[in-house]
Order: sequence, then structure tokens, then C-alpha cells
Amino acid sequence: MRRLLAARAAQAVVVVAVVATVVFALIHLAPGDPFGAALESGRVSPEVRAEWRARYGLDRPLAEQYVRWIGSVARGDLGWSFSRNRPVAGALASALPNTLVLMGTALLLSIALGIAAAVLQAARRGSLVDRGSSALLLVFYSMPEFWLGLMLLLAFAYELPIFPVSGVVDPVMHEYMGTWGRFVDRVRHLALPALTLTLLLSAAIARHQRAALLDVARADFTRTARAKGLSPRAVLLRHALRNSLGTTITLLGLMFPALLGGAVIVETVFAWPGMGSLATSAIAQRDYPLVSATAIVGAVMTVAGSVIADVLGATADPRLRDA
Amino acid sequence: MSERAAGVRPLVSVRDLAVHFPVKKGVLGRAKGAVRAVDGVSFDVFPGETLALVGESGCGKTTTGRAVLRLVEATAGTILFDGTDVRALKAEPLRKLRRQMQIVFQDPFSSLNPRMTVGATVREGLVIHELAEGAEADARVRRLLEEVGLRPDQASRYPHELSGGQRQRVGIARALAVEPRFIVCDEPVSALDVSVQAQVVNLLQDLQRDRGLAYLFIAHDLSVVQHVADRVAVMYLGRIVETAPGEALYDEPLMPYTQALLSAVPVPDPDAKRQRIVLSGDVPSPAAPPSGCVFHPRCHHPARDAACARIVPPLEPKGEMSGSGKSAGAPHLVACIKQPPTTVDDATQRAAGATHPPQRYLPVVGAR
Ligand SMILES: Nc1ncnc2c1ncn2[C@@H]1O[C@H](COP(=O)(O)OP(=O)(O)OP(=O)(O)O)[C@@H](O)[C@H]1O
Ligand code: SF4
Ligand SMILES: [Mg+2]
Repeated sequence: MRRLLAARAAQAVVVVAVVATVVFALIHLAPGDPFGAALESGRVSPEVRAEWRARYGLDRPLAEQYVRWIGSVARGDLGWSFSRNRPVAGALASALPNTLVLMGTALLLSIALGIAAAVLQAARRGSLVDRGSSALLLVFYSMPEFWLGLMLLLAFAYELPIFPVSGVVDPVMHEYMGTWGRFVDRVRHLALPALTLTLLLSAAIARHQRAALLDVARADFTRTARAKGLSPRAVLLRHALRNSLGTTITLLGLMFPALLGGAVIVETVFAWPGMGSLATSAIAQRDYPLVSATAIVGAVMTVAGSVIADVLGATADPRLRDA
Repeated sequence: MSERAAGVRPLVSVRDLAVHFPVKKGVLGRAKGAVRAVDGVSFDVFPGETLALVGESGCGKTTTGRAVLRLVEATAGTILFDGTDVRALKAEPLRKLRRQMQIVFQDPFSSLNPRMTVGATVREGLVIHELAEGAEADARVRRLLEEVGLRPDQASRYPHELSGGQRQRVGIARALAVEPRFIVCDEPVSALDVSVQAQVVNLLQDLQRDRGLAYLFIAHDLSVVQHVADRVAVMYLGRIVETAPGEALYDEPLMPYTQALLSAVPVPDPDAKRQRIVLSGDVPSPAAPPSGCVFHPRCHHPARDAACARIVPPLEPKGEMSGSGKSAGAPHLVACIKQPPTTVDDATQRAAGATHPPQRYLPVVGAR
């Protein structure tokens, strides 16, 4: 286990460094800069813009800028966000928790929902319940995030106004609520974006888990369990489920980038002030340090997700535990 | 079927058992014919006795064993366990009956749950059948492990930490845990090293003696069962083609298929010369078994003729030897219309195109 962790940590550093470099190159190669078109205002003269560029070192050769930037990142200094006019670290600190809450909620809900659906389907394979729920999940599975998000908005925020349209909390009333009221306010705002991600994700989990369960149901040791005299339910839950969870955990690790990408789009649809919104606006305004920093955070989260999946998978499987 | 001494009732009694697997083809998965894995099999297993079921790979031995325990659903036939109609049982009584009939699987690697410790695997049966719980169950598990030749502290091991022989011992302990009266041993040693095979076979024999167990012992060649079987049933393409007390079968194999199987068994005496019968052709597919005697395309009996392809030979009494010991009085049954005596008379055979009269043919003798 320790060897596995050390190897994965070394791998992670390399991956993050490569991502940082590529993103740096891409955003600098894109036309415009922080003081260009995005700052379109007749009152800022070309001379002033040139002076700002010189002050932030943007007139230097690209290689020099890269070395300076990567050096300060390595020291833990992510730089200054031009568009937010505050340190990059501060901008991340206010956006990251929102994204983590959204993704974490969606992840937990979809694991529960996906596995429950899979167990139900596997227990009644070929039945109407199995085929009906499989078809329904397939519909969600093949829907684009933004479309599903917009439809949910239309249904539950507009036609049937149960949930708020956007944001993390009520912009006006939140200040005047008690502790319980604030909590409810947050949950109500979280509901639709989290539901969008959950539906997408649980469909993938259920499809995968169902296949894994049916695979294990054919294995010899489930026949042993039946021969012992266990009820079909005990065979499914105690033997088949435990042995098929590993592949789903691995799948979740692999799906992490997709989940992150989905979160970015869902955040945009619901104006959720998380990493997704931060990255989109930073790109639009050519905020070089902020764009690079969000990419680094994304890479770190992706790598962390797959390491966690590996470790969980290994702890759950005695055959891998002492590897 | 048995002509044994009155008063001995078979523990397991199987009549005309058939298991057909539907063959599905096409996108719609419609049934197109069937694999007749088991096709009209009858046998008895008496308390404390070992009946060996022998035949080539794919002849339906595993399916027969599993159907008896209803791990596979039979298509037709009756299965009585101590007088209980097993096929008619509902889920709950069947679950309860599983306490009395157990199975040791062919593959000791895949038949144990990789995520359960050895102790947990053995314990589970005890707990669900409410035979013991808590510390009492733990003590029982330790005793069982000792009984099958493992160390009690190996209870905390996982299957992957054990050798094949040790795993098969776990499989046996697991089956024994619920105190069954009957165990299907499905090729329990064929996945093991030759050096370990004898140990596991001896273990099974000791357990039988100590606990009075009845075994249906499945094997694919006759050499393995020679020392364990009271009676032997030879299977070919889903049917039993010959059954007899062990010594009678080895001394006087009458079904040409049994003769071929026996000719492949190594003889202990290096000077003994024995004709090796090499079967021609492959085993036909159980999805399209040959007509008449299923063995006729590969048969080497000198009297084999057109009647063999038209008449389904009945499994009928033949031979002079009868068993001794536990198998005393057990009949020697053979399905071959060309080995006299036969109830399929000359006229019937000739009407079916016979050109040869039945003729005693015994090329393999004294295989023991
Ligand atoms: N679930 C199934 N579906 C379809 N066909 C099956 C199934 N199980 C077994 N069969 C077929 O039934 C026949 C008998 O199989 P079975 O496993 O009983 O043979 P066996 O005598 O135990 O062979 P082996 O010595 O290889 O274990 C084979 O032709 C096999 O392909
Ligand atoms: S019945 Fe005919 S084909 Fe079948 S074993 Fe006897 S001689 Fe051979
Ligand atoms: Mg088999």
C-alpha cells in the first residue's frame, strides 16, 4: 500500500506540472491579453496599457514569463488575478468549497442511487422493473449536462417554482435567516444543480454496477453461497455486491475528470460560483494566472480522485491489500 | 432399480433426470433447440456409500450433480432425498434441506469468496442454519479446520493466501460445517497436484468413515475412483451407459465405452500387457446426439451394426459378478444391445437392420 501511494504521488507531481505547462502555453498563445480587447474602454490609452503590460512583465519573452511563473507556483505563490483584483489564492479559496459541496453531494447521491438501482435490477433481471429502469437511466446517461440542467430549471424553478433559479444562497434574505433557515436555504439552492449531476452520474454507475453484479452472479463462489443454503437476497448483498463494488470504485476514479467537466457546465447553467464559473470568466478575460491556477486545481483534483479510488479499491480487496 | 437387501432405503434416488439448456440464437434470443446435457439419468445413492460418476469432459457429470442439489433446475425427472421430492420444494424448505446435502466444487480457486476469510466462509453455513453462533460457532470452525487438516489459526487467512490443496480442504470444511448426510464431490482433486490428490482423497474417505457420509463422487477417469468407489456409473453424452459395483466394473467392463476408458488406466504391473483402445472421432455435441445408441459412431464392438443406430439400448442387467461389502447385491447394468444377454431379441434387432447377432466381447480384463 505504501509503495502504491509513493508511486502515485510521484506520478501526480509530473501530471500536474505537465498540465500547468500546457495550459500556460495555450492561454498565452490565444489572441489577446489581460489588457487587450477584454478591457475595451476608450478611456484607457494604448500608452497606459503598454505601461501595465511592462509592470506585470507581459512584454517579456514567453520563456522568461514561464520560468518566472512556474518558479513562483513551485514556491506556493499563485500570483495576482487581474480580473478579480485580488490574490489568485483568495479567489480559489472562495470558489473551491462551492464546487466541492456540489460535486461531493452529487457523488454520494449518485453512488447510493446507482448501486440501489443496480441491485434492484440484478435481483429481478429481465423483469419490467429491470428493463424500465435501465431504459430510463439510459435516457439520462445520453443527455447533455446543460440540456438536462435547463430542463430541470424550466420544470422546478419556472413552471413549478419549488427551487431557486441560481446561486448558492438567497442574495437578500440569507443575511436575515437563523441557522436552520440558512441551512435550508443552502440545500434548496443546491438541489437542482446537484440533481442534474446526480442523474447523469448515477446512470453510469448503475449500468456499470449491474453488469458487474451479473458477472459475479455467475462466479463459482456465489454458487457456493447458494449451496450453503443462503437466501438469494443474502447471496446478492453479502457475496455478489461486495465482490463487484471494486470495479465501480475504479470506474468512479476514471470518471472524475468527466464529473469535473460536468460540474463546470452545471455551474454555468445555475450561476453556481464555483471553480467552473471562475475558470470560464478567467478565460474570457485572459486572466493568465487565474486560468492556469484553476487548471492546476482541476489536475490536482483529478489525480487525487484516482488515487483515492485506487486506495479504496485496494483496501476493500484482501488480494491487493499487502501489495 | 436396486435389488438390494430389503430394509435399506436409498438416501438419494434419481429417476429419468433430464437437464436441457436452451440454445439461444439471434438478436431476439429465441430458443433454437437445446443442449441435452443430461438425458434420462437414473441412480441411487445409499447411506454411507460412494457412487462414482465417471465420463469424459462435457458428458454432463457436473450438471447431474448440481441438478440433484437443485443448483441447476432439472427439465424432467424425479429426485428424492430421503423420501422428499426435491424438485417440488419451495424456496424456504429447499434452503433448509441444503443443510443435509452439500457439494465440494471442482475448482478450489474460484469457488471461495475472495473477500471472506476462511473462518467466515466456514462459519456462514453454521450461522444461517442456526447450528451455532458467537463463540460456540468460532470453536466449531476451529474444530472443523482441524478435522480437515488445517491449522485453527488459518481461520483468519484469505483464500489467496492458501495453496490449492488447502483451499480444497476449506471447501470440504465448509461443506461439512452444516453436518450434511450427502455430499456431491465434483472432481474434488482434478485441479490439484498429483502429490496432493491422494491426501485429499484419503481425507474424504476418513470423513466418510467417521461421519457415515454418502458421496456422489464425480471424476473424469476411472483411475481416481478406483480406490474410493463402492459403485461406479459411467456416463456418456448425458446418459448412464454402465453401472456396477467397483470390482465388477473393473473386472468385467461390458459397455464398449467403459472398455475404452479402462484401457487408458495405467496398470500397476509393468509386465501386464493390455490392448489400448483408442476412441476414434470426437465426442458428438449434446445439442445433436446420435440416434439409437449414442455411442455408435465411435463403437469398436465387433457386432456393431445398423441396429445400433436405430435402437436405444435399455440399461439392463448383465454380467456374473455382483458386489461385496457395501455394494453387496448391487446389479451390473449395461446399455448395449450387442452384449448378451439382452431383452432386445434377435427378431427386433434384425427388423432394425442387424447383420450380427449379439456376441460377448471383453477385450479389457483385470484392470485392477
Ligand atoms: N449453463 C449452461 N448453459 C448451456 N450449456 C451448458 C450449461 N452448463 C453446461 N452446459 C453444457 O452441458 C454439457 C455438460 O456439461 P457439464 O459441465 O455437466 O459436463 P462435465 O461432465 O461436468 O464436464 P467436465 O469434465 O468438463 O467438468 C456440456 O456440453 C456443456 O457445454
Ligand atoms: S449398442 Fe451397439 S453401438 Fe452401442 S455400445 Fe453396444 S455395440 Fe456399441
Ligand atoms: Mg464438470
